[in-house]
Amino acid sequence: MTQEPLVRWDWIARNWANGGPTAISALLENHVVMAFLPVLFGLVVALPLGLACVRWRWLYQPTAALMNVTYSLPSLVLFSIFLSVTGLTRSTVVIPLTFFALAVLIPAVVDGLASVPDPVRQSAVAMGFRPARRLLRVELPVAVPVVLAGLRVATVSSISLVSVGALIGQGGLGNLFIDGWQRQFYTPIVVGIVLIVLLAVLADGLLVLAQRLLTPWSRARRAA
Amino acid sequence: MNFLADFFGDASRWSGPDGIPVRLLEHLEFSAAAFLVAALIAVPLGMLIGHTGRGALVVVVAANAARALPTLGLLVLVVLLAGVGTVLPVLIPLIVLAIPPILVNTYEGVRGVDADLRDAAYGMGLRGRQVLFRTLTPVALPLILLGLRLAAIQVVSTATVAAFVGLGGLGRFIIDGLATKTYASVIGGAVLVAALALAVQFAFLLLDRVVVSPGVRQVR
Repeated sequence: MTQEPLVRWDWIARNWANGGPTAISALLENHVVMAFLPVLFGLVVALPLGLACVRWRWLYQPTAALMNVTYSLPSLVLFSIFLSVTGLTRSTVVIPLTFFALAVLIPAVVDGLASVPDPVRQSAVAMGFRPARRLLRVELPVAVPVVLAGLRVATVSSISLVSVGALIGQGGLGNLFIDGWQRQFYTPIVVGIVLIVLLAVLADGLLVLAQRLLTPWSRARRAA
Repeated sequence: MNFLADFFGDASRWSGPDGIPVRLLEHLEFSAAAFLVAALIAVPLGMLIGHTGRGALVVVVAANAARALPTLGLLVLVVLLAGVGTVLPVLIPLIVLAIPPILVNTYEGVRGVDADLRDAAYGMGLRGRQVLFRTLTPVALPLILLGLRLAAIQVVSTATVAAFVGLGGLGRFIIDGLATKTYASVIGGAVLVAALALAVQFAFLLLDRVVVSPGVRQVR
């Protein structure tokens, strides 16, 4: 038996875009969609829910407890449970991952709004800001760093967790792991790991950039 | 609900080498082994880095990298490289996954102790090591326990996936069920793992009650 190299570049070149559904580029595209949608849905749901938790404090304890429980469930468990409801579709991965994203994002929104200093809030009131406008123009922008920190965690975990979906046939790049395992062939596995980590680093970098653009004052203060 | 009745109602599920008790024990065995090794590495390291302030960069990088690493890929690669058959290679990815949450929380816990408190301890004549063990550690304990809890849950979850590479444990019910399209087995296994994850969560909350000093808890 000849020594199998860890990476066979010719395999990558042949399978990068072979037109089929198992082409690396097709899997990558699938992976991005399945990782991104849960974070987007999570954010859309977490913002109003987080606001409600700040407005009515008694809501927060039960919500946090529920999210804590959800987060402690293994992803494969949620995928398997949803499998009997949604079948072999992308939703079987996207819906559970949305819950995971929510579990990270709701506390982030609540903590973010709680981190707004009281004098800031009072100044806004004194300047005649009504609650809705105060929220949009003052409180949410000040909360951005904390919310974005949560968003970064949610995004990176989502990108990594999608691959577990390969066990139910919906894993994007995770399918490379199954392929490599079944054929005892290292290259697809290495390609999968490297692409997922690169994707996570890229997404994280974009969010850091977004934070810089959204909160120009924090840089000004540091420079001063 | 029919699935659950099918799975848990079947008497043959409760005995034999692939019955629920044996699988549960297997799951607990290698989860505990991986968790203990990770804790033995990460807790002292986190305490040391938090106390001395040296090597903080390692902690930050490890934390971010660990979140991005795909568990399934790591598992498959390590097992392929090391060869199938022994349990040890499967433990490696589990240990690697469990170290960062413990390391980060231990480090943050020790480093985050109020500077006044630290000064007071030195002022009372305690030496470096005594400050670490008598003052910093008890105050940091809630965060250290949080890290241990996150790691334990991650190990229990990931051990499920490890059934894919031939490991025993509760994941077998899910993986085998998926392979043979026996959904009663998939759902039954999923419920068992979920119950175990919740039990671990609960056990750590209890531990928190018992070992954290009431004074520290009040301040929180």
